[in-house]
This record gives sequence, C-alpha cells and structure tokens, in this order.
Amino acid sequence: MTLANTCDVAIIGGGTAGCAAAVHLRRAGMQVILVERDRCGGGASGVNFGGVRTQGRNPVELPLAIRSRAIWSTLNELLGEDVEFDATGHLKLARSPADMAELEAYALLAREAGLDLTLIGPNAIRAEVPWLGAAVVGASLAPNDGQANPRLVAPAYARLARRLGVDIREQTSVTAARRTEHGFEIDAASATITSRLLINTAGMGAAAIARLFGEEVPLEAMMPNMVVTEPVPYIATRSIGVCGGDIYIRQIPRGNVIFGGGRGGGDWMDWRSRSSTETTLTNIPKLVDIVPAFRDALIIRSWSGIDGLTPDKLPVIGPSMTTPGLLHAFGFCGSGFQLGPVIGEILAELALKGGSSSPLDAFRIDRFTQPGLAAATA
Amino acid sequence: MTLPGPPANVRRTRVVIIGAGPAGVTAAATLARHGVTPIVIDEAAKPGGQIYRQPPDGAARPPREIYGFDAAKATRIHGLFKDLQSAAKIDYRSQTLVWNITRNEQRFRLDLLHNGVQATLDADKIILATGAVDRALPFPGWVLPGVFTLGAAQIALKSQGVAIGRRVALIGAGPLLPLLVNQYLAVGIKPVAALDVAPFIAKLRAFGGLAAQPATLLKGAYYTARAAALGCAITSNVRSIRALGDSRVTGLAYATADGKTHEIACDGIAASFGLRSESQLADLAGCRFEFDNASRQWQPLRDRVGRSSVSGVYIAGDGAAIGGADVAELAGEQAALALLDDGGTPTSVERRHTLDRALRRQSRFRRALESAYPFPAHLVANIPDGLIICRCEGITAGQLRDSIARRHPTDVNRLKAFSRLGMGRCQGRMCGHVGAELLAAHAGCGIVEAGRLRAQPPIKPIPLTSALATEVSS
Amino acid sequence: MTAQFKQNQQTHGAALLVRIKPRTSALVRFTIDGRPATAHIGDTILTALLLNQAHVRDFEFGGSQRAGFCLMGACQDCWVRLRSGPRVRACTALIEETMAICTEGRAV
Ligand SMILES: Cc1cc2nc3c(=O)[nH]c(=O)nc-3n(C[C@H](O)[C@H](O)[C@H](O)COP(=O)(O)OP(=O)(O)OC[C@H]3O[C@@H](n4cnc5c(N)ncnc54)[C@H](O)[C@@H]3O)c2cc1C
Ligand SMILES: Cc1cc2nc3c(=O)[nH]c(=O)nc-3n(C[C@H](O)[C@H](O)[C@H](O)COP(=O)(O)OP(=O)(O)OC[C@H]3O[C@@H](n4cnc5c(N)ncnc54)[C@H](O)[C@@H]3O)c2cc1C
Ligand code: FES
Repeated sequence: MTLANTCDVAIIGGGTAGCAAAVHLRRAGMQVILVERDRCGGGASGVNFGGVRTQGRNPVELPLAIRSRAIWSTLNELLGEDVEFDATGHLKLARSPADMAELEAYALLAREAGLDLTLIGPNAIRAEVPWLGAAVVGASLAPNDGQANPRLVAPAYARLARRLGVDIREQTSVTAARRTEHGFEIDAASATITSRLLINTAGMGAAAIARLFGEEVPLEAMMPNMVVTEPVPYIATRSIGVCGGDIYIRQIPRGNVIFGGGRGGGDWMDWRSRSSTETTLTNIPKLVDIVPAFRDALIIRSWSGIDGLTPDKLPVIGPSMTTPGLLHAFGFCGSGFQLGPVIGEILAELALKGGSSSPLDAFRIDRFTQPGLAAATA
Repeated sequence: MTLPGPPANVRRTRVVIIGAGPAGVTAAATLARHGVTPIVIDEAAKPGGQIYRQPPDGAARPPREIYGFDAAKATRIHGLFKDLQSAAKIDYRSQTLVWNITRNEQRFRLDLLHNGVQATLDADKIILATGAVDRALPFPGWVLPGVFTLGAAQIALKSQGVAIGRRVALIGAGPLLPLLVNQYLAVGIKPVAALDVAPFIAKLRAFGGLAAQPATLLKGAYYTARAAALGCAITSNVRSIRALGDSRVTGLAYATADGKTHEIACDGIAASFGLRSESQLADLAGCRFEFDNASRQWQPLRDRVGRSSVSGVYIAGDGAAIGGADVAELAGEQAALALLDDGGTPTSVERRHTLDRALRRQSRFRRALESAYPFPAHLVANIPDGLIICRCEGITAGQLRDSIARRHPTDVNRLKAFSRLGMGRCQGRMCGHVGAELLAAHAGCGIVEAGRLRAQPPIKPIPLTSALATEVSS
Repeated sequence: MTAQFKQNQQTHGAALLVRIKPRTSALVRFTIDGRPATAHIGDTILTALLLNQAHVRDFEFGGSQRAGFCLMGACQDCWVRLRSGPRVRACTALIEETMAICTEGRAV
C-alpha cells in the first residue's frame, strides 16, 4: 500500500494537543495526516505530572481550562479506555498569611471567570485535611480539579485517531514546511505531504516551525523536575499545590507519591531531559513539611520532560498572523496537559469554522513582536 | 587549536572505581602501582564482590569453608585490597551506593548514599566494575516465600551460614548450578532435585570451545560428576517448572524432555538462568549499548580494552559482559591500563599483550559456555496469563499481553509506560528482559526492536530522609 | 526463649532458612511485629526474620507475602520498616539489638 501524501489537514506534533485535534478533525470528515518525531505522547504529554488543574491559572486561561475540565469527565467514553482521571480536587496551600491573602485575592478573580474556589482557614484546614503538616496555614480548594495518568492520555487519543482513519506517521520529523498556492507542503522523512491547512502542535519544536513562516516566539525550554516514591498508605486524597508553585504533590490510590517542582536539566535540541539531583533534594524537605506521613518513603524514580515556556507564561493558540491556513497551539508553560482535550476541540473549530467559541485573544502569536498587544492582554 | 588548560600537576585527575569485586580490586591495584590513588566505592560493607563476598563480622568462617576451590583466590583478592588500604594507596568508601551519574562538561558527578545521607562526588574518570545479578525468569509460584535465585542460595551459605531449606531444589541454566549443588552437598544438604533447563547435547557440542580453559572445564566437570556420585545427578533439558505451595514453597513440579511430569516435596527452591550485567550506571553515564545475541542481553559497548563509548568511562568485569571472576580480574587490570595509557602514563606494552591474549582465550571459552547454556526461550514462550511478571508492582503476563494487544507499545519502555512493568522498586532488574521477550513474541517484533528499559535515577531506592540532612563532599 | 520460638513457629509458620552450623556470636534480641525474637550478631535482618518465620513482608498488592528473592540488594523485594519509621532493606542491613521490625503491609 502506498500512502497518500495529500490531505485536508496536516498536523505537526503528536502530543495531547495534536492528537486531540486529529480526532476532532477526522470526526468532522477531514482527511488528516499527523507527523510525530518520536512516538505520540512521547513528549511532555506523556511524562508530565498528571495534574488536571484549573486553579492557579492566569484568569485569561480559565475559560479554556473550565471547558477542558468538562471534557475530562467524559474522556474515558470518548477514548474508549480508562485514563485514570480522578477528580480528587486540588488544594492550593498557604504557608504564610501573605500566601493566604494571595489565595483570597485569586479566589475573587477566579469567581469572575467562572471558577468557584473554597477558602479554608487555619482551623478548618486541620480538621478537614488532617494529613497536612503544621507549616500549612490555610488553603483554597478547587473541588473539581484532579489528576490523570499522563502516560495513557495522548497515546489513547492517537489510537482513537488511527481507528477513525487518521494517517499517523511516527518517528518522522518535519524538516521543512512552506506555503504553496493551494495550501501547504511539509517534508516528513522521504515524503512531501501537501495539505490545505497546517497545524503546528510541535511543543518545544513549534517555535522553529513558526519561524519558517516568519513568526518569532521567544520560547524557552522548561523541564520540570519529577520524582515518584514507592507505594505508601493512601492518605493524600487531594492533589496539592502551593503558593509560589515551588512544589506540587499527588498520590495515586496504589500508594505512589509523585512530587514535582523546580527544574531538571538537559538539552532540548536533542530532546534529552533528566531530573536534577539538587532540585530533588531541595524538594524533599518541602514535601515532608507538607505531608509529614510521607517522611519514611523511598524514592524509586525521577525524570523530567520538555515543554515550551513563553515570556508571559501563556500559550500561543490561534491562527498564524502571517500565513492563512496555518494554526498554532504550543508554549503551554508546564500546564498544557489539562488543556489538551480542549485544545483539540478549539483547533478543530478554527480549522473548520475559522473561529472558536472560546476567547483566544490573550494567546495571539504576534503579542511578542508587538509589545502593545502583550501589555493589553496581561 | 589547543586551549591552555591547567597544567597537569595543578589538579590531580580523580579516578573513581565503582565496585570492589575482582574487577574493581585489580583495577585499583593497577592504578595504585602506577601512582594513581583511586577512590573505590562499593555498596557492600566489605570488599570482594559477589564471588568473594565476605561475611559480616560475627558470621565469619574459614575461607576454605566459604569459598571452596576458590579460597586461595578469595584470600588473595581480600589481601590485595587490604594492602592497598593500609598503604593508603586507595580511598575506599564502603557501604556507599552510587545511585546516579551525570556528565558535566568533561567531568562526571556521582550521587551517593552513605549511612542514610546524601553526598556527591566529582570524577574525571570512572571505571565501572559493577558486576552482575542473577537473570531471573518467572515461573508459576516464583513469588512464593521460599523461592530464591541461585545467587541468593549461594549468598545465604557464604555470607550468612544458612541454607534456603532442608529439602532444596536447585534449578539453573549455567555453570552456577553444578557449583551450587556441590556447595549444598558440602554443608550436608543433599538437594532433592538439580535441574538444568539447557539440553545436555548443547554442552557436548560446546566441548571444543570449553577446552580453551581446561582448568575451568575440569572444575565444571568435576562438580557435575561429584554431584552425580553423591546421588544428586543433574537432570538436563527440563522443559517447565512450577513451585507449589500456598503461603510458602511446599513442592516443585517439573516436566522433563521425555514428556513426563514429576512432583517432589521441598521447602526451598533456588532458580535462575544465567547472569545479567548490572549496567544502569553505564546507561546514566550516556554509554551506548548493543544487543549481544549469544547471551541474549544488552551490553554497554566497549572496545577491546574496556573503553566505553563515553570518553573517560571504562567498564570491566561482569558489569560489561558476563565473563566470570578470572575474566573480571584480567579486565579490571586491562581497563586500568587503558585509562593510564589515555592519560599519558606509561604502562607495560608487554603486560597489555599478555592480558589481551589471556582475555581472548577466555572469550573463546565464554562463547562456548554460552552455547552450552543457551537462553531457555522455552521458559518464556508459554507463560500463563495469571503469572506475575513484575514482582514489585504485581503486573501479570495477562495484563502485559492485554496492554500489548490494546495499546500497541512499540518497545519495552512504552510497555512500561502503559502497564507499569518495571516501575517498581527494582526498576525492572527482575522483569525488564522478560517484558521485552513477551513484547517480541506478541507484537511480532524482534528482541532487538523490543529494546531495553532505560535506566532512571535513583538506580536503587533512596529514602526521602537522606535529603533531610545533606552532607556534601567534593 | 525456646517457648517463644515455639510460639512463633505455631503462629507464624516454621522458619524458612536453616543454619548450617550453630552460631557462636552474641545473641541479639529484637521484635517482629511486636513479638520478641532472637538472632545472632552477623545476621542480616532477612536472616533474622526467616529463621523465625516464613516471610519478610506483606506484599502491597494482594494478600500474599514475600520473603526476599535475590539476597544481594537487587530485587528490592525485602524492604521492611522499623517501628521508629525508617525503611531498611532486610537482606543487606544487619540485625541490631532492640530493633523493632514491622513486616506488616502499610499500603493499599
Ligand atoms: C515534567 C512536566 C510536568 C508537567 N506537569 C503538568 C501538569 O501537571 N499539568 C498540566 O496541565 N501540564 C503539565 N505539564 C505540561 C504539559 O505536559 C504540556 O504542556 C503538554 O503536554 C503539551 O502538549 P503538546 O501536545 O503541546 O506538546 P508535546 O506533548 O510536547 O508534544 C509535541 C510533540 O511534537 C513533536 N515534534 C516536535 N517537533 C517536531 C517536528 N519537527 N516534527 C514532528 N514532530 C515534532 C514532539 O516529538 C512532541 O511529541 C508538564 C510538563 C512537563 C514537561
Ligand atoms: C550471586 C552471584 C553469585 C556468583 N557466584 C559465582 C561463583 O561462585 N563463581 C563464579 O565464578 N562466579 C560467580 N558469579 C559471577 C560473578 O559475578 C563473577 O565471577 C565476579 O564476581 C565478577 O566480578 P566483578 O568484579 O565484575 O563484579 P562483582 O564481584 O559482582 O562486584 C561488583 C561490586 O560492585 C558493587 N556495586 C555494583 N553497583 C554498585 C553501585 N551502584 N554503587 C556501589 N557499588 C556497586 C557491588 O556491591 C559489588 O561488590 C556470581 C554472581 C552472582 C551475581
Ligand atoms: S532480597 Fe533482593 S533486595 Fe533483598
């Protein structure tokens, strides 16, 4: 069988964003080819912390995150398999009165954006969450947030896409892309793929793709540091974050405790990343302060991964400003796992209808080159 | 263009040897002889490695009792190390686990755990002499209390003066089996079964190559013959094994080549099927690996004298490729000479040639040994669905097959991501190779495509509390 | 002491390991899940446990028990807990006077 190299939509990058977009486009009848450098879900989407969190996001991101959260509730049905989504709720902890004030202020902003948070004061926190350490003086609870198994989600989207008829080409890098009279041409291994529309969901590789079309995004590699312990008794029934964001913790019912925070290291140009011992050792006392019962656990594994970080810590989502028919979604700054499902829907809307029902102004790609824009949306 | 670096005498090159088995000890002695003082790190409390493992204080016995034929060698290696130590020719760090290596420009950073406390060490050059572990293969009942590896059955005797039972069944696919039968006989425990899963014919065919090391061959033949003479003949070509029992081992069922099944009562089973190099640190240091068909395992690439693919990292002994204690000694010296040579220290050309010749002879013997004890593929071919493959996480063959069928992992790391195989405390030491075999069988890919589990730090568990009081050495 | 050993045998199954000759080193008193037991200087925790009973620890996933496997610090199937909290690898750590060993499962 020879592969047809012509399609309606070509997608570069098979993370959650790209794979979810492929599913929705295919369901709408599009011919889709997705090209992935490694394996679908082998990038940030497959190695992240697994936090499905709306709380703490920049309010301009909340409409997307809230919409995405609704999809998470139905994801198992959509994908036809269990991706271990668990609506544990997310507690953001205050470790000082200043932190508590920050949580209160954020709760007001969040409410305006449609996200209801419950503030928990110093006495209530002891009573309601007895496994937290004395360092915690209060918290804000997002009851609908949760966690999922990142190793399963993007591959599940990819398999669904394949079942629906998307042509997925793994271990194939896109090395060049250009606009033609009728659409696009991309070079992927020995093939040249032609498409009417082109979607750039190449994660940390996306800035290079955007540059091919004259769009500069100052993307930095972000490699969060991840550690997991052996199974210990299941007590941390809620996902944990803190003001300052320096540590985040979750436990799965099997007992393993996963904690992240700070950065690992590596070389994104080679797509290599690794945990950093310094960071791991710095995070441990914080973990033990927050959940003292974990103190005697053993660490069994650590790792990192590569996401794109933008200067304003917001992603790029939306149409190209130079090239009609080109759509971007990247630079998720360490919180794009939760957004993945909605990004797929939004990219499909943009491709099919030329617009989205979600507000995307803050995510314009030209905000970095036109300083006025960035200021206006911040 | 050459950049002006610091003159050689300003900062001494720091050489770290990881492992104080025969390979590490001879490497250390060789460096010391040439005026280099290496740091020797070993997780164990005393030097000697696996074969020359020393019992803890309080459990000591005469060397002859512990090491049998190898007592003289053991005593020599221990003595050599002691001399190096007392002459301050080495800096020995016992009970120290190296749990991570990272490359940092031209140097390496080692993360250490000692006395429950974290430390780091920088190194310019590293000799990895990390040895091997038993190659375990799952069989029904293998997680029952009372089932151990062959190595464990030996360590119990050597280091603790205990046997794994009174009615012991020993099962293997390698020269360790006849040795162990004799070691148990020597302490007055006559194994109730001694089963070899390799066919006898393979041993006959390999005879020519085995004759390359007549002494070792004789020793093996002696062990086998003596076992038979004492009423414990080794049964070859065993097709399947099953440990029986509810909460502990009470028996063993096995099938022989003639199609008959046998059931015997026993209270201890030791089974393993050759050895596997302990190569996680090489992986973390960035060394490239290749698949060795004969031993059916991945090995860090190295040149004839022990240079890995990473400049500054040398590998010797069983940690590079399974070769046994004598090879480990030679290879340790050879790697140390290569390291010295690369650093511009003059070494004896003659000695290097001698080592080279000896190791070549050994490698002919080794190849023959590998064909005498081929990988027992029949044991992994028909693993029942209910059998636990990953001991740590309790993942069964059925779960793996289901994952393979539904999620289409393309290599064993993907299989790990989907199924949790190898995600437990042992990091896949006991199951990674089996996962790859299952994947190859069910996805129809080759064993090479199925790949190997990538190492991730820490290579062995480290307590969180180790970071609550950090001590940093340079 | 003999009575205690008998009781251990009755309630917790006979020992898994067998000493090949009597140990002359000093006696060590310790506890297994609160029950007094003895071993000798030079015994690993695993040896000490398996000379008194037939398992080292409860397996976290399911109702079974484990008794170590490799005895060389590779399989990690022998981690137990001291009552004071710390985790110890039974096959590589030595038994000490007054150690209180917990073999009972704590997870799920
Ligand atoms: C360690 C870590 C922890 C995180 N924790 C969380 C969390 O708890 N919650 C959360 O919401 N988010 C988290 N994130 C962020 C989240 O994982 C990412 O934002 C999200 O997965 C991004 O998805 P993506 O599809 O855009 O990118 P990716 O998953 O990175 O996918 C992009 C893909 O494009 C491919 N590619 C790149 N260049 C090319 C090319 N030229 N040709 C073909 N293919 C190419 C790559 O191989 C890659 O697979 C974390 C990220 C990391 C790294
Ligand atoms: C259980 C067992 C029993 C064996 N019995 C025999 C036998 O009776 N006869 C025989 O010929 N061969 C035997 N072998 C094969 C044996 O391994 C070799 O013959 C010989 O011991 C290899 O020497 P080596 O120096 O390469 O490694 P080893 O002797 O295995 O020494 C490696 C050393 O490195 C240390 N180490 C490894 N990783 C780390 C780390 N990350 N941090 C710190 N220290 C580390 C270990 O503690 C160990 O002391 C046995 C192997 C095993 C596993
Ligand atoms: S028995 Fe394998 S690590 Fe202790």
